[in-house]
Amino acid sequence: MAYLVHSDADRRAMLAALGVGSVEDLLVDVPQAIRLPRLELPEGLSEHETLAEMRRLAGRNRVYEDRFCFRGGGVYRRFIPAIVDAVISKPEFYTAYTPYQAEASQGTLQAIYEFQTMIAELTAMDVANASLYDGATAVAEAAGMAVVHTGRRRVVVLGRLHPEYREVLACYGEGRGFEVASGMEAVDGETAAVVFQQPDFLGLLSEPSEMVEAAHRAGALAVACVDPISLALLAPPGEYGADIAVGEGQQLGLPPNLGGPHLGFISCRAELVRRLPGRLVGEARDADGRRGFVLTLTAREQHIRRARATSNICTNHSLCALAATAYLAYMGPDGLRQVAEVSCQRAHALAERLAALPGVELVFPEVPFLNEFPVRMFHVEQRSARLQDAGILGGLPVGHWYPGEPELSDVVTFCCTEVNDPAAIERLVELLAEP
Amino acid sequence: MPKRFYTETHEWVALDGEVATIGITDYAQAKLGDVVFLDLPQPGRELAAGEVLGAVESVKAASDIYTPVAGTVVEVNQDLTSAPEKVNQDPYGDGWLVKLRVAGALPELLDEERYGALIREAEA
Amino acid sequence: MTEALLFEKTQPDLAGPRLPAAGVDADLGLPQHLLRRRPPELPRLSEPTIMRHYSRLASMNFSISEEFYPLGSCTMKYNPVANEWAARLEGFVSLHPYQDEESMQGALELLWRLERALCAIVGVDRMTLQPAAGAHGEWTALRMIQAYHRERGEDRDEVIVPDSAHGTNPASATLCGYRVVEVRSGTDGRVDVGDLESKLSPRVAALMLTNPNTLGLFERQIVEMAEMVHATGAKLYYDGANLNALMGICRPGDMGFDAVHLNLHKTFTTPHGGGGPGAGPVGVKADLVPYLPRPTVERQDGRFRLDYDRPRSIGRVRSFYGNFGVLVRAFAYILAMGGDGLTQASRDAVLAANYLRRQVAGPLEVPHPGPCMHEFVASATTLAQGGVRATDLAKGLLERGFYAPTVYFPLIVPEAVMVEPTETETRATLDAFAAAVREIVDLAHRDPEQLHRAPTRLPVGRLDEVAAARHPVLRWRPPDDR
Repeated sequence: MAYLVHSDADRRAMLAALGVGSVEDLLVDVPQAIRLPRLELPEGLSEHETLAEMRRLAGRNRVYEDRFCFRGGGVYRRFIPAIVDAVISKPEFYTAYTPYQAEASQGTLQAIYEFQTMIAELTAMDVANASLYDGATAVAEAAGMAVVHTGRRRVVVLGRLHPEYREVLACYGEGRGFEVASGMEAVDGETAAVVFQQPDFLGLLSEPSEMVEAAHRAGALAVACVDPISLALLAPPGEYGADIAVGEGQQLGLPPNLGGPHLGFISCRAELVRRLPGRLVGEARDADGRRGFVLTLTAREQHIRRARATSNICTNHSLCALAATAYLAYMGPDGLRQVAEVSCQRAHALAERLAALPGVELVFPEVPFLNEFPVRMFHVEQRSARLQDAGILGGLPVGHWYPGEPELSDVVTFCCTEVNDPAAIERLVELLAEP
Repeated sequence: MPKRFYTETHEWVALDGEVATIGITDYAQAKLGDVVFLDLPQPGRELAAGEVLGAVESVKAASDIYTPVAGTVVEVNQDLTSAPEKVNQDPYGDGWLVKLRVAGALPELLDEERYGALIREAEA
Repeated sequence: MTEALLFEKTQPDLAGPRLPAAGVDADLGLPQHLLRRRPPELPRLSEPTIMRHYSRLASMNFSISEEFYPLGSCTMKYNPVANEWAARLEGFVSLHPYQDEESMQGALELLWRLERALCAIVGVDRMTLQPAAGAHGEWTALRMIQAYHRERGEDRDEVIVPDSAHGTNPASATLCGYRVVEVRSGTDGRVDVGDLESKLSPRVAALMLTNPNTLGLFERQIVEMAEMVHATGAKLYYDGANLNALMGICRPGDMGFDAVHLNLHKTFTTPHGGGGPGAGPVGVKADLVPYLPRPTVERQDGRFRLDYDRPRSIGRVRSFYGNFGVLVRAFAYILAMGGDGLTQASRDAVLAANYLRRQVAGPLEVPHPGPCMHEFVASATTLAQGGVRATDLAKGLLERGFYAPTVYFPLIVPEAVMVEPTETETRATLDAFAAAVREIVDLAHRDPEQLHRAPTRLPVGRLDEVAAARHPVLRWRPPDDR
């Protein structure tokens, strides 16, 4: 047990200092009736055996090469600069706690402040928080803000929000006491928030300003769920008047990791700052006028306001936010733009090639998209199997999420990023061209 | 200066004609520590006696403020937006929070002496 | 020593990094009105500049890898590096959540086995690994309890929480639509059972408890309390923040708890990351199993699969299957420790806390009689004469190379100083910490001003949190935009 530090002699000395004979004497408050005779787990393993078992489990998963992964649906393969892992692997970052003692946590605090600034800049909003769990819970938290802010109890989803985000939103609503409805006709004087995703779950672009206007006409807040990489090209929520921007930051330097940990982000207009959930870092000065950073506006939070807090969130995804900040620092404005453009160009090239194949068609040829798009494809399962045999993770079948929309039943979304090189795209098209 | 009355939740109220000025007590501001933010109602809002009027925040605490009397908000102390420290510096003067036009009968409130006794008891 | 912001280091003429060119011809056809008008103000930096920036920031942090970090209720124990190695295996990190089940059998096996191990540790029937953090787990458990009562047609709208509870408890209850009813602690620091009895009614959905509680004391009457709660039809919920005291000693399930959340980033050594990510699995007894979030992981004929067909499930509490990367680390830890190792860990944690408590109980007041479990709460009120408060004690400890205990919590102890040493600190470290406390207490009487000025040897001196909150500056702004 390499992780335990006491020798038996240490333990005896500590017991002696306490004037007791054994640890049992310290456990006198635990009633005998509930004492556990033995913890029914196998004996511990050596590090060698532990890691061998972990390697065995990892080996039972299929690893697709980045370039051959064309599946998105909210989680994307992207190039992750080596600096990202170098930064988040620094033990001073990853083994620190939430920065309660500011003077001994300036590294974490400044990094979060930089993250807040970058998210605010990307989304063109006034202020961002220190992070949330993921895109889905970020949507739910934004909806909660709107419910409190407006005193209304309906949240309306417009367009195709990620189905899992929607499911999470509904689960939060059932607990918190707000209803989740769909469609423009549901937006009225009882609506707290209008929520939409740009690009939507299928990768398609909509007209966000129309949805924002509908929200504001009804006196509701407009919540935009956005892809942070897309914001290098697309209008950010602040430019089309959204009140709250949220999203999933996985693409900013985090691997897929079977879906987590990823990175929820939230930003908003200045007037809403005291409704924000979670940690916020602000500038502060010491007695000598030196700039430092502290957790601030904490009276919003659970540890102070308890039952009346804006959210229950405590631990968030700080290290993931650090990864995103390092990623964005590496990319800079030009790099981010190039990543977005290359992804977009390749996806459009792929779409063009796929549309020319027999038995494959673009589902919404008139609707613009960025780097993910839906196609209708017959024999999805056979084709997917053929791709898998060739080491390619093909598009994502989405029909099962839309049982009420038969026109989406044979639909698959494909995505491209900067890691899907032209040769990989060529290979994908070749395999799909086979009858 | 009209006579002040107090509540068990550490607000004070002073009545001048039908306008009541409301604040938090010296004891309350000392307990809270440095006030950093006040959440106060919009003028025109109608409040029942005992209803939450707003909240006062310090770095380490947040506390609801209850109106001691029923009425309509006629004025809010705008100075506190940029200088919340006035609540600490002068809780009975420049640090007042809101003025209400009183509606209905006054509820029973504590006078200076009884409020003083309450605090001595709390501190004991 | 302070460090300029990334934005302040920007080199406006610097070219961006070299990235792949598209290599294809395509007409993007993006409508102009959907495009961004003003580019984001991201800094332009070279990799050497970025590396040095973060190395300097890192040096400004205290962390468990360098310092003793006795934050009460946070269980800052050593984070094994083998876990980090395992979590970076390509076969884990590269997994897309929408790969088909056949291609992720190893991951599903890990989740399935982790669930069973955690169930064995806390004594419940099933568990969801979906919640991302402790508070998220609390809320998930309350949602399940809510669904359980609703299905029985019972309209219960109150949740009872002790006055010593973590702030997340009442906050989670509110976010679940419940009214929070507070139950008092008695003079011995434990739940006042008489007060609890008076607050139980058919309106109560659940009692949320931490055991040992936030004073580090075991609730001796837990079995009786469980019976009282169950007699009214309510459920008993376990806040697992303090589980590090109990592994192999006793189990929340055997105490009568119906739902249990765990903080894998506390008891199970996954790193805190400066504030996450963590993982907050929730275990439940059989009658709450139908309400578990979906999907669950099931084993059938030696294969593992995701089960979405759970009609009474509360649905989803987040996307995908949980913070998988965190779960991998916790599983590696459990494998390495085994039942014997985990038991020894908890026993050592209790021993260390009592040992340190004994040493601190002289110079500081420790208001509640021991023995304690894995942590204890002292009070700095005895230093008040010189004007020294818990904050000053905390800053004095930072000055001496120790992270500070949790201060001003729990709220029921004035000037609270909550100390949790964990099992991974040597006796020498504990002794050195106690010596630092003695030195500070001495200073509080002799030269309090020195403590008010602390810290003086860290990158910044004491920061003015009041001014920061009065005039919040929450982001850097471009110079032309201020």
